[in-house]
Amino acid sequence: MRAYLIRRILLIIPTLFLVTIIVFMLVRFIPGDVLDIMISEWMEEGSTDIQDIEDLRKALGLDAPIFTQYGRWLGVWQQETGEFSGMLQGNLGHSLWDNEPVVDIFKSRLPVSIELGILSMLISWSIALPIGIFMATRQDSVMDYSGRIFAIVMLSIPGFWLMTMVIVYPSIWWGTMPNIVYVPITENLGENLKQFLLPAFLTGAATSALTIRLTRTMMLEVLRQDFIRTAWAKGLSERTVLIRHAVKNAFIPVITVIGAQIPAILAGQIVTEQIFALPGIGRAFLEALNQRDYPIISAINTMVATAILVMNVIVDITYAWMDPRIRYK
Amino acid sequence: MARTSENTSMEMRRKRRFFLIDLFIRLFKEKPLGFLGLVIIMLLVLTAIFADLTWLGFPPPEDGGPGLASYGWNQIMLEQRLSPPSSQFLLGTDNLGRDMLSRIVYGARISITVALGAQAISAVVKLLVGVPSGYFGGKYDIILQRFVDAWICFPPLALYLTVMAVLGAGMWQVIVVLGVSGGISQVRVIRSAVIRIREEVYFEAARAVGVPGHRILVRHVLPNIISVVIISVATGMGMVILAEATLSFLGLGIPPPYPSWGGMLSGSGRQFMTAAPWMMIWPGVALSLVVFAFNMLADALRDLLDPRLRGGLGRYGMSHEKLRRLAEKKSAEMQR
Repeated sequence: MRAYLIRRILLIIPTLFLVTIIVFMLVRFIPGDVLDIMISEWMEEGSTDIQDIEDLRKALGLDAPIFTQYGRWLGVWQQETGEFSGMLQGNLGHSLWDNEPVVDIFKSRLPVSIELGILSMLISWSIALPIGIFMATRQDSVMDYSGRIFAIVMLSIPGFWLMTMVIVYPSIWWGTMPNIVYVPITENLGENLKQFLLPAFLTGAATSALTIRLTRTMMLEVLRQDFIRTAWAKGLSERTVLIRHAVKNAFIPVITVIGAQIPAILAGQIVTEQIFALPGIGRAFLEALNQRDYPIISAINTMVATAILVMNVIVDITYAWMDPRIRYK
Repeated sequence: MARTSENTSMEMRRKRRFFLIDLFIRLFKEKPLGFLGLVIIMLLVLTAIFADLTWLGFPPPEDGGPGLASYGWNQIMLEQRLSPPSSQFLLGTDNLGRDMLSRIVYGARISITVALGAQAISAVVKLLVGVPSGYFGGKYDIILQRFVDAWICFPPLALYLTVMAVLGAGMWQVIVVLGVSGGISQVRVIRSAVIRIREEVYFEAARAVGVPGHRILVRHVLPNIISVVIISVATGMGMVILAEATLSFLGLGIPPPYPSWGGMLSGSGRQFMTAAPWMMIWPGVALSLVVFAFNMLADALRDLLDPRLRGGLGRYGMSHEKLRRLAEKKSAEMQR
């Protein structure tokens, strides 16, 4: 077990290294780099004093060879000032457009995404787990079928379509105006929750579909095991059989999948944030992608990938720890 | 003795040959909802093929040629713009006066091409990477799995968006991105299926009698992971269609004026959704219906093919009534 643990944790390092390479290189292959977009935007604004493009490139540090840039970003190569300052030193970089430190962007954007993520996860679990367990205990009944159809429908409806309709049509029919301006949680809790509830509910319902199906399948698998028959034969009550024997065993894989969902949900719902005009990390990502703001794209991608990677390892370890039948070499 | 073994091997061969037909019959008999999904998908495929008959030498429909679409997919009739559903335009027209129904019919072509193309690429990728990884193991496996790990720890949408930004919008780009990416994220499923087979007795037996490696792969490993591949391809179809729609909605998928269902929902669809709700509603309905059909089919196939979900007795398994009927049927067959 200890050897397995150490190996799992050590293997994060090469994977993370590959992640940083993919993250760093990929955005730089996007045709039309940041300078093209800057200049075309300035021309549109009618700005007259367009700087020399090479000076600008140099000022942004984009003139160095790509591997030097990568080394500087990672923090293993000297900056022009001669010091090491990159990801490894905790310097996430600055926006190429307004020189805002990426840390500040995280500070202002991350709480929005985290709030949305926590709310939608709570909603998703409180829908999925009871329904999934119930469906498994009544396999092939009307309830089971309607639950399965509900889950498949939720999986099939495109989220962006449903959200757009939900946000626009009620406002026409009943004249309610959705709140477009973001209200921080510290300013007005009620308004803030009102704003988050609808997007959180829609994302939560969509993610619950997968969890419902998984819970049901896992419960069905466990309910067919011999020890459940033994439990029935001992004369235990349905409650005890279900909760003490079945759910406890069925939930090991369910928890691992739910755990794996956490970083992805926290990382920001690109589509949800876009449609509901919530200034979260997903929206920052889309904006940065359109503006080719390389440091922001790389930082967000690295952060999310690291979170998912670490979470996967935690999930695997929890799995081994919770299920005594699993033994790792 | 020799005779019986010959008989059984012939029987097995027959069974293998009729695997797909057998699956089809079981789908019809045991999983009506999955069969319904298959019917919807077949209708979609027919719609895609017969949207117009230009490929048979007929003129395109705007000239009055035969086909399911009464108008061309980009036939602009400005005097008819934003007209509500009527007998002439069953689902209304959009802001450029293009017939919505014809565009949706042509959109089926895009969806089905993307789904089939991406899943074909995905199946090849996951087999090419997953089978050797599970079969050989060792250093090769460890190194390959790091790449897979690195790839799957990006949220899919962020990854698709970035890669699509690199490649530029377009249908072939969408197919390649969704196919390769989907394939890589499924490598682990194939790999673990192969590893499971390596632990089976028949695998060991084949090795022990000296069957060469390539023959083991083709005769013992591949046939036994085929159900895993079918399940993952079927599940992937709906996901790919949704992903294409989301990408097109965000403007990085299939560019206008091509009638991608997701693209029809972005841009002008959103802009005119209050004045012309039909522009927003119908493409979404088509999209949901098709993805729903694929998901139903995938679910039914998984239930039929996944050995872990087969059978089961007692309180939460099959009903006793059903079991009794099955047993009677079996014994009747045996007597015959």
